[in-house]
Parts: sequence; C-alpha cells; structure tokens
Amino acid sequence: MPKTARLSRFNIASLALGLAFLYLPILILVIYSFNASRLVTVWGGWSLRWYREFFADRAMIEASWMSLRVAAASATIATLIGTLAAVALSRGERFRGRTLLSGMLYAPLVMPEVITGLSLLLLFVALNAERGFWTVTIAHTTLTMCFVAVVVQSRLGSLDRSLEEAAMDLGCAPVPAFLSVTLPLIAPAIVAGWMLAFTLSLDDLVIASFTTGPGSATLPIRIYSEVRLGVKPEINAICTLVIALIAVVIVIASLASKLSSSRGESAAPL
Amino acid sequence: MSARRIFARPARFAAIAPYVWMLLFFLVPFGFVLKISLSQTAIAQPPYEPVFDLTAGWTAIRSAFAALSLDNFKLIGSDDLYVFAYLRSLTVAVTATALLLLIGYPIAYGMARLPKRWQAVAMVLVIVPFWTSFLIRIYAWINILQHDGLLNQILLALHLVSAPVVWLSTDTAMYVGIVYSYLPFMILPLYATLAKMERALEEAASDLGAPPWQVFWLVTFPLSLPGVGAGVLLCFIPIVGEFVIPDLLAGSNSLMIGQTLWLEFFTNKDWPVASAAAITLLVVLLLPLLLYERLQRRQLEEQ
Amino acid sequence: MTDELPGTDVAGADAHPAAGEPLLRIVGVAKTFGTFRAVDGVSLEIKAGEFFALLGPSGCGKTTLLRMLAGFEAPDEGRILLGGKDIAQALPHQRPINMMFQNYALFPHLSVRDNIAFGLKRANMARADIATRVAEMVALVKLEGLEKRKPDQLSGGQRQRVALARALARRPQLLLLDEPLAALDKKLRESTQVELMELQRRLGMTFIIVTHDQEEAMTMADRIGVMKSGKLAQVASPRELYEAPRSRWIAEFVGDINLFDAESRLRDGHRLVIGTRDAGALVVAEPREPVGEGKFSVAIRPEKVKLSRRGPVAEAGHETAINRLDGVIADVCYLGGTTTYKVKLDTGGMLQASVANTARLDVDAYSLSQHVVAWFTPDDCMVLPS
Repeated sequence: MPKTARLSRFNIASLALGLAFLYLPILILVIYSFNASRLVTVWGGWSLRWYREFFADRAMIEASWMSLRVAAASATIATLIGTLAAVALSRGERFRGRTLLSGMLYAPLVMPEVITGLSLLLLFVALNAERGFWTVTIAHTTLTMCFVAVVVQSRLGSLDRSLEEAAMDLGCAPVPAFLSVTLPLIAPAIVAGWMLAFTLSLDDLVIASFTTGPGSATLPIRIYSEVRLGVKPEINAICTLVIALIAVVIVIASLASKLSSSRGESAAPL
Repeated sequence: MSARRIFARPARFAAIAPYVWMLLFFLVPFGFVLKISLSQTAIAQPPYEPVFDLTAGWTAIRSAFAALSLDNFKLIGSDDLYVFAYLRSLTVAVTATALLLLIGYPIAYGMARLPKRWQAVAMVLVIVPFWTSFLIRIYAWINILQHDGLLNQILLALHLVSAPVVWLSTDTAMYVGIVYSYLPFMILPLYATLAKMERALEEAASDLGAPPWQVFWLVTFPLSLPGVGAGVLLCFIPIVGEFVIPDLLAGSNSLMIGQTLWLEFFTNKDWPVASAAAITLLVVLLLPLLLYERLQRRQLEEQ
Repeated sequence: MTDELPGTDVAGADAHPAAGEPLLRIVGVAKTFGTFRAVDGVSLEIKAGEFFALLGPSGCGKTTLLRMLAGFEAPDEGRILLGGKDIAQALPHQRPINMMFQNYALFPHLSVRDNIAFGLKRANMARADIATRVAEMVALVKLEGLEKRKPDQLSGGQRQRVALARALARRPQLLLLDEPLAALDKKLRESTQVELMELQRRLGMTFIIVTHDQEEAMTMADRIGVMKSGKLAQVASPRELYEAPRSRWIAEFVGDINLFDAESRLRDGHRLVIGTRDAGALVVAEPREPVGEGKFSVAIRPEKVKLSRRGPVAEAGHETAINRLDGVIADVCYLGGTTTYKVKLDTGGMLQASVANTARLDVDAYSLSQHVVAWFTPDDCMVLPS
C-alpha cells in the first residue's frame, strides 16, 4: 500500500465546513417540519400536524401525483433514448451529423431553463397541442435524456473495448455481443441515469411552468406559488417527504451499484 | 484504431431515435423562438400572430419576410430595463462563479487528499444534495434567512446584533442561495481532475525546494485548470439565466434577465419580446456554450 | 482434435490440414490507418501444429496483423487463407480462430465457468456437452475448484489461465495470443512459457503469439517472424535469427552485438579481409549471400568473443586464423552467470565480451584498466548490410 495521504488541518477544516454548509439547511428544514407551532421559528414540540395538513390538501396531493407520473414517464423514455444516444456516440465512430447530435445533447445540460422552457412552449403552441401531462413529460424527457446520455456514455467510454471483441471472437455477432456483454456491464449506469432523470423531473419548476397548462400544476409549481406568499409549515412537511422519496431512490441506486460491484465490477460513478 | 467499424453500423441505427427527438424538441423550437422574436407585438395576438404560413405559397412567404421586424430587438437594446438586466445577470454570474471557485476549490482539494476509501464517501456526500430538489434547497434558506429566522435568532442570542438584520430580499441572500445550489457543480469537476493528478508531482516539487504555497501555485493549480474550466462553465452559464434563486431570495428592485423574460412572458404576456430576450441571452451565452461543449466532448471521448 | 464444433466451421473448417501442412497463408496483406501504413504487404505461411511468434518493437504492426487474423480489422489489400479459404473479410464470429487478449478481456460479470462456456453457448452446443467441455478445460489449465469465482477474485496467473481456457474451449483451428504474458511477473512468466509450450505440443494446435519480448519468442516459438515498420524483416527459427540475422537492425534487436562499419574489403580464398576503422582489419568467413556494393558492417556476438591475458589460447579443432584485438578493460558488468566486459580497443573502438563465470572464485575475472587480448574466429563473424 502507498503511504496514506497527509491531510493538513486546512484540508479537514474546509471539508467539514463545506459539508456542514451543504447539509445544515436541509437538516433544519426537516426538523422544522415536525414543529407543532404555526410560527416557523418558535419550537412548539414534535408533531405530525403539517403532514396531516398536507395529506388533507387536495390540490397539493394532485400536484404531487402529477409530478410523480411525469417523473416516472419522462425518466423511462429519457433512459431509453438517452442510452441509444450514448451507444451511438461512443460506438458509432464517425457518422454524418454526429457533431450536431452531440452538440444537441450537451447543450441542454447547461442551457438556462427559461430558454428551453420558452422554446418548447412555442413549439407546443404552434403544434396546437393541448398542454398538460404529455407536454411536460416531453419537455422533461428532452432535458433529462441528455443527462442519461452523459452518464451512460461515460460508463461506455471507460469500458474495456476488448470485452466486446472477446465476445465476437467467441462467436457473437456484433449486436448479440453488445447485448450479452456490454449491456449487463453498463446496467448500473443505466439505472443511475433513470434515477437522475426521475429526480431532475421531480425537481423542475421553470420548464414545467412554461409547458404545462391550466389545471395541471406539478408539485414544484404549487410549492413555488405557496413559497412566494411566505413560509408555511406545510411546505416544510412536503419538502421533507420529497427528500425522503429521493433518499429512497438514492439508496436503491447505491444498492444497484453495490450489487453490480459484487458481480465483479467497479461501482458506477454517480 | 478500429475494429470498431464492426459496431459502427448498428450503433448508427441507435442514433436515429435520439436524433429525431432532439431535432424535433430541441432544435426546431429554437426556430420558433427566432421566428416569434421577429414578429410584431401589435399583431401578436392571441399571444402572437404567426409570421409566415408555409402553406400559403411563395408570395406569402415573401411578404412574410417583408413583415419581419427587428423592433423587439431594438426595444431590448434601447430600454434600460433590459440592458440593466443583462448587465446585472453577467455581474451576478461572474461574482457568484468566483465565489464558487473560491469556496469549492478547498473542498475539492480536501476531498482529493482523503484516503481512497473516504474519497468515495465524500463524493457521495457532495452529490446527494444535488439530487434533492433545487427549489427545496432554496426554500430551506428562506427558513433560515427570514426576519425571525434561525440566523437572526442566533445572532440576537449571541448579542452580535441588537435588532434583526434584513437578510431576505438582498443580494447577500441571493449569493448564498446561488453558491449553495451550484456548489456540487463546481466541486465535482475540480475533484475529478485533482484526484486524477499524480501525487508524486507535488512531492517532486517540494523535493525540489518549493514551499507549500508554491507547490500549490506552480504545480497543483496549473494542472487542475481543465477542472477549473469545466466547473466555471458548468456554473456560469446556467447562473446567467437563473430565475428561481433571484426571484425568491433577491430584492425586486433590480432584475436578472431570466426574471425579465419570465415577467414579459407570464405577466405582460408579450411573447415576442420574451422570445427576443431569450435569443439575446442565447447570443450572450454562445461563446461559453461552445467552449463548454468542446470541453465536455473532449473529456468524454478521451476515455 | 477431431470433433469440430458446430457453428464454427463457417470458413474452411472442413479440411483441417495434418501437422506440417500449411494451415494459414497470408498473401500481400496491407492495412492503412489514415496515412499510417500499419501493415505493409506481409506474406507468410504457417504450418499446422506450429508455434509461431510475431516479434517486433511497439508500433511495428504485429498487433494489427494479429487483429486482422482475428477479424477485428479488415485488410485493405491481400488475402488471408485458412485451410484454403479466404477469410479476410469474414467477421470475427465467423472464423474458426480464437484469441487470447492482452489484458485477458475476461467478462467481469460472469464466473470462471460462464466465461469458459461463453463461446460454446454461441455455438449452440448441448448443455451436457458444454458442461463436459468446460470441466475438461478447467482441468487442462488446472483451475479446479475456482469455477464459481468471478475474474476479480482471481490472481493474475489464474486470470491468464481462464483466458487461455476460454479461447481453447471452442477448439479453434488457430489460437492467437496477444502478449499473453505481459501482465505476469518475471518468475511466473517463465514458468507459464514452459506450460504454454507443453500445452501446445500436447494439443497439437497451431499458436500464433505476438510479443515484443525477444527472449519469450526465442523460448517458445518454432519460428519467429520479426516485424519492422509494417513489414516482415525476417522469418526464421530462433537459432537462425540469432546466429544469422539478415540485417544489422535485426541483429541489434535480437540480443546484444558488436558492430564495426566496413571501410574496405579484400578477398582471400574463402575468406574476406575487411578493413574497419574501429577494429582494424578483420578476417571473416565468406557469407552465404554475397555482399552487395552497399555499406555493410562486421558483427560479432559478445559471447563469441574470448578474452585472455596474454593471447589466443589454441583450442583443438579450431581454425588457426583468428582475429586478435588488444585493449584495456573499460567497464565490468557482473550479471551472475556471466560477466560483460567492455574493452577499449587499441584501434579505437569498443568491444563487448560476455564471459561465462565458470568458477565461483574470481581467479578468471579481469579488473578495470587491465590489459587484455580479445579474440574470435572468422566463422563467428557476420557480415551484415547496414
């Protein structure tokens, strides 16, 4: 073993402060969600009151259901198409329009959401599409498939190409070689891609605001309109539930990558 | 080297679906934004009138082109509201990115120096907040920064201030929110390059007589520049167009361009001006976007 | 090796030639990547049952040639005939050829057993037959008890064996080995070399190995093809390659050598007297192939050079005409079994001599600055075109 890295006091301090900065606000939010008092800042003892209020709030429940459906649908489509895109980019060599495809895939990753949202809305208006579940799903798919493509492509890129060659040498035609060797090995990245797409969709406010229609608000849209009016304890409860849901998703993701690493492969990044 | 060709053909078939999807839902919509930004607000009802109708034949298209106008862009260029909004967006993005680099670098550096096993844990710890909702994280800060929020309570309890300080609706709050939201985007690329860097290089530098700060400044930092570039672009570009954070945390007396666009669109229902604002924003971001695209592609295809 | 696998006999498996008959013929094969001509017109014939080594420095085209045999690259020109059929354009899975990859390319998600069975399943073999064949292969490479392990639970040597078993399982007509021992440490590499040779002889199979390690090629191969810049520089047995290299480059690539540029030459019966600047006049036996008009050098392997304190020691049966050079020991390099001396010749050049350490006590050893006489026979000299 090489000697262990020497950590200076500065290194430890910056790490500890950084992590505290990242986690304390969320922790405070979670704690306050169990506060019995209506005043956000006064501690009135532990209570599940705001969770009960959330479950009694029909509009919020509907928005949550809408968000979950959109997230599941868009993540699934995005994973399918994004994986195909990653395969095309990493195994397709030079083909016509390759640069355009990769450009179209990388740009939305950083493109300000107001632009993506506005442009998709104008498309839907031009197509005279009824705005609601499907328009939001398509919009979210467009955004999140780029993330899936990047995650899967980086896994494909780090995969030893001689594995595919070995499969062909042992009698597989190219497509079966991909299915029997490559696909099982990139499966953790595909799972991670789906989870990422799911949470990104669950999280999005701006694009959903542009592309949804009246009467089909997503959860972030609802939360946003409430937050603009001031802090409400109920929002703390909703946020805590969302965090819990995402925590479950992350645990599943890390279990999936653990599983695959016990199958003899290094854990997938992210 | 390519045996690779054998896979190329099926892989090209795989490109069809994503290609069609991205053309239809990413590229074509920009055409619509461009088109509407050139149409006139007056006739743009119900929120706009299509500038040309392809079914009407060549003469219709010709007359449609004649009707195109740059009025919306002229408005954006002459109205102080927009000019200030663009300037403010750029200032905020530059300041916030600098802050992020300043805060993110030591954290990434600390991570890269951890023993291998702990590096993985630290990486997960940095990624997890990125997975939790953006909106929720901003909301968490409202809890803390509001008038009778936690921060003021602590400051009062410690007798550091005598009366509650106004935090919310200030630029400070906005910068805190931006740094908080974008920190993982800065840390991860930095960490990736720092972790890959060979430790022996730093050891060689100190062996050759460089004191720690010189080791950092002459060896570590120059070698981490690709990560710095990726982190800076990854933060700078979206911050310029940021809407939620300034809307919830900053005051309403000066707006960023994302807010202006939102306002024109949702409140004033002026779609052509909103589109022109989006096009202008895109032009402003074109150079950083191209840089980022090149960086991203090189990184992925190096492997 | 009589029963052919179903599904593997796509190209030319019908008539597996008997040992000694030509199995593979490579005719004028060339491959260009962009502007780089990786393989430049290689022709080669390989006999059934032969252990053939492709040797060369990195970038010489040996791996590209091997990959064309496996089907991962298609040649731009030329033909590759296996048992009489042209397979140059066949895809990898259509060839009765298997390859052992440099980094083994074991499927990390499959156990040892499933790795070995992978190719058999592709050939639609019956399940019972697959189990039998896998067991046979596991026994062949001595991996009993490890069938359920995953590749990352194996040592480097064990992985190497799995890769070998996997490639052999389909009973290919031709086994290609791409630097198969590069990842092993020296001791394990040497024992594995011997095992591979035994295995090849026992199975009577045809092996083509690619290596940059000349010792490895010399140890294992029946014949060696030395490649340089995409061309085959020489194809010969290990002994011929060492003792009668065809060019100065090959002589330097395979083992150590002393080279003296020729400046003049004189015929003397069956001998040539060659004038060199660094070593004076040297008497050499007339080469088999006449020396052309171009530049050439006189070459002598270090172990053929003898050293003594006073002068040539007459040996029974040796020719009387010998080359004698006076000099001073300039460098001593003790290597255990042998000691390499560098002698600064009075004529100006440097001469390397490798002397076997036949006695434990160093009564024979020379020390720095000591005056010595170096000598060697005309038959030990080679004449090589530059």
